[in-house]
Amino acid sequence: MNLHAVKVIYYNEMLRTWNTLLQSIASPVISTALYFVVFGAAIGSRIESVEGVPYGSFIVPGMMMLSLLTQSISNASFGIYFPKFTGTIYEVLSAPISFIEILLGYVGAAATKSFIIGVIILITAAFFVDLRIEHPFWMMGFFLLTCVTFALFGFIIGVWADNFEKLQLVPMLIVTPLVFLGGSFYSISMLPPLWQKITLFNPVLYLVSGFRWSFFGVADVPVGWSLAMIAFFLALCLGVVGWMFKTGYKLRQ
Amino acid sequence: MQPIVSIADLSKTYATGHTALQGVSLDIAKGEILALLGPNGAGKTTLISIICGIVNASTGSVTVDGHDIRSGYRHTRSAIGLVPQELTLGAFDTVWNTVAFSRGLFGMPKDPAYLEKLLKQLSLWDKKDNMLMHLSGGMKRRVLIAKALSHEPRVLFLDEPTAGVDVELRKDMWQIVEQLRADGVTIILTTHYIEEAEAIADRVGVINGGRLLLVEDKDKLMAKMGEKQLTIELRESTEAVPESLANYSLQLSEDGTQLTYSYDVRGERTGITSLLQDLSSAGLGVKDIVTRQSSLEEIFVNLVEESA
Repeated sequence: MNLHAVKVIYYNEMLRTWNTLLQSIASPVISTALYFVVFGAAIGSRIESVEGVPYGSFIVPGMMMLSLLTQSISNASFGIYFPKFTGTIYEVLSAPISFIEILLGYVGAAATKSFIIGVIILITAAFFVDLRIEHPFWMMGFFLLTCVTFALFGFIIGVWADNFEKLQLVPMLIVTPLVFLGGSFYSISMLPPLWQKITLFNPVLYLVSGFRWSFFGVADVPVGWSLAMIAFFLALCLGVVGWMFKTGYKLRQ
Repeated sequence: MQPIVSIADLSKTYATGHTALQGVSLDIAKGEILALLGPNGAGKTTLISIICGIVNASTGSVTVDGHDIRSGYRHTRSAIGLVPQELTLGAFDTVWNTVAFSRGLFGMPKDPAYLEKLLKQLSLWDKKDNMLMHLSGGMKRRVLIAKALSHEPRVLFLDEPTAGVDVELRKDMWQIVEQLRADGVTIILTTHYIEEAEAIADRVGVINGGRLLLVEDKDKLMAKMGEKQLTIELRESTEAVPESLANYSLQLSEDGTQLTYSYDVRGERTGITSLLQDLSSAGLGVKDIVTRQSSLEEIFVNLVEESA
């Protein structure tokens, strides 16, 4: 195991975050605060509590999920895409490191960054609303699994993308709509019956539901399904990454 | 002696169908400096990229320091440093950070003293806190060399190290190569400048169209390169070369009007003066004289024709 390599990749990726601190950390805090002002205070005050949870608190897990998903994907995809774009990837490819070590460095750093952002959002939220976490162990489990899984997903996108447009394509056109339509800001019981059924096909619903359950004990779908869904997606991403590394897909001709 | 790099029947065909290498075999001895000469697109970079692990070979095998580059990649890649042809560097890193990054990436523990020595040797020490994007092209080239040497490799690949480099850096580069040679580092460089091969290499390989056409000691190859031919057109045709001119190994053209004399421009005496005197003593009138030198391109063409 080339731990030195894992360390320098990880450190280098975290350094990039540090160098762009304002963009990396301040922007999620500001957007979270804005969501609270708009949804929590302005609109939320006219919405009754959802399944016994005040609306302002109710949206916290969904909002965290929104940030975790988008941040994990964009950090990890950019982290591996940028060296491909500048050509500096040659060094990583010619280094005595295995793909596992490459993953630990890049995905580990991206997941860490999302985790930090998640914690910051949680702290910011605590200033605006009352928070309670009924199942802290599960909450941490969903939290970490989501960071890692979607950082992996972002890594795949970064390897796949060969221009900046493709890099933005999946997060913008697929992930963000799925998060918004996955019950981040509402319970699906608030939807007409047909849409409730359709929403069940949205994988993000399971993440948000499970995460919300770990906070308030209320869920749209059984928590076991949520766990199964994220485990499935993690396995899928690992499978794809494994295949990419085996075939050298878009990395090693 | 066991070669430090051993390439056996290596071929590469890219997914596009382009065949970049065909059956290349080559042994590189420890401590030697090998120059790979060839025109653009000859397959030099592909060859280097395969050995370094950036490109997968289609067929054939390579061992470095006795280990296969696939099954023993940790060992082989730790032993290799690569200076790429393009100035591929990040933008926002500092010189120090990027060199330290390379060292760690290649599995070496931190060693600030070694990096300091390295940066000083490459005249980069006063630039160590500068951002890479603020460096000139020549400085970037030096940073790439520093990165390649950061993990103290035993085999160094320099891909077109002096393409687009100013005279000063070129001389520095050759000095660095000399220093590395003294330290026992094996160096493989690609170039399309014959002068560069002449200045620093022990052996020269000529590669074209994905085939290694020859590998020879530099001195032998240079002797070929230094050979010139003097063609003498005679006023009147002659049946045979006169006895008195036998020492010159002249070649007579079929119609008997041209004599060709080969000589080495780098020799102390070319023998031209005495040849001309002896010609007139032999009663042969000279109509015209043409000299020509075989250029690198001609050697290429000849080799390509021979290999076809």
